[in-house]
Amino acid sequence: MEIPQIIGAGLIVIGAGLGIGKIGSSAMDAIARQPEASGKIQTAMLIAAALIEGIGFAALFAA
Amino acid sequence: MVILKRPLRLILVAFLACLPMISFANQEVDSLQVQGEATHEAVAEGHHEGAHAEPTDVKSKIKAFINHHVLDSHDFSLTQDDETGENWGFPLPVILWDNGLHVFSSAKFHHGKEVAESNGSYYVINHHDGKIYRTDATGTIHENEETGHPENVRPIDFSITKTVLSIIVAAILMFFIFTRLAKSYAKNGGIASGVGRFFEPLIVYVRDEIAIPNIGEKHYKRYMSYLLTIFFFVLFLNIFGLTPLGINATGNFTVTFSLAILTFLITNLTANKNYWGHIFWMPGVPKPMRIILAPIELLGVFIKPFSLMIRLYANIFAGHIVLMSILGLMFIFKSWIGSSLSFGLAFVLSILEILVAFLQAYIFTMLSALYFGAAVEEHHHEEGHH
Repeated sequence: MEIPQIIGAGLIVIGAGLGIGKIGSSAMDAIARQPEASGKIQTAMLIAAALIEGIGFAALFAA
Repeated sequence: MVILKRPLRLILVAFLACLPMISFANQEVDSLQVQGEATHEAVAEGHHEGAHAEPTDVKSKIKAFINHHVLDSHDFSLTQDDETGENWGFPLPVILWDNGLHVFSSAKFHHGKEVAESNGSYYVINHHDGKIYRTDATGTIHENEETGHPENVRPIDFSITKTVLSIIVAAILMFFIFTRLAKSYAKNGGIASGVGRFFEPLIVYVRDEIAIPNIGEKHYKRYMSYLLTIFFFVLFLNIFGLTPLGINATGNFTVTFSLAILTFLITNLTANKNYWGHIFWMPGVPKPMRIILAPIELLGVFIKPFSLMIRLYANIFAGHIVLMSILGLMFIFKSWIGSSLSFGLAFVLSILEILVAFLQAYIFTMLSALYFGAAVEEHHHEEGHH
């Protein structure tokens, strides 16, 4: 691995981490507000996180 | 606890069921350690020189071991002793099509060290990529000067490799577990028995939480068999990957590729005209936009299974690499603090990997169900569905 690639991989991880963290925090807020809807919120959260993760992995492979 | 009772109970049951596997996995740590100690001694004595000039320092040895682990291989080696060169494991059949069928045992390769002869042709395993190449009696491989890739002819390889074997074992296991579960309903009057008590809630979960909400009451039954198969297949292979057998099936590109192709085919072959309408002539947007959207949506048809493939592969692959690197730290630190730290970290990571194994099986099934749901959706007014 060359140095630019390592930096790129780090940037990808920062971006994906921020994205998934944001999803997680929003989902927590939503569950705290409406505990009875937690099942639906969790499902939506997992799907959104999985989509971001997919893009993150695709970028990691490109890096 | 207010947060959904059923999934929590499910995860708890899953953890309990996998506990024996964790303790089992720890044996791998021990055997690795023993192996590593043997390596140290060999390095210290300075008489370790393999036939292929194997790396001698600990770091590159660990790297080579990890690389070897994540790749598919033609024999099933459980562990090996560096000092004596002994391997514990068993050979697997090699099936090649190279101007005629060649079937022989991979024991002929002597773990990639020797040239195998079959019906007058000679084959050798290239130790860089683990693939079989045709060669001459001395086993020379002509490598490309620039790329370093071998230029020898590669026969078409139908071998039962480690990955293929683990897939077959998973399939047989699934067949027996679920036929027994189905039969136990008839015998016990609608109550699951034995190991089925663990799998019944998972099946009901796939139906009630994945299939029905995403596909809809009307169509979900058509897809249930596929969703259940893919869920348990991915789950079993993920869990197999955590045992010390050193299997890495779902962390293999080709396996996840085939799974994604299945989802792709089922989505597109069972799609109704609304689905295609949403792709080529998106309703509810201005006409010029529809022309721009059509190629993007068409690209999306291929990106969806591609992301399925990458996600599963990368998660399992990365998990294996991280876990083995943490285990490898033990041999680099060579002190009781480093070893116990890496042991504790590996233990926690193993538990995390079990969670990932379930989560990835769930995500794969979930997204497949989502795509199927989009393919059979019937109302016209909803936007944002591809």
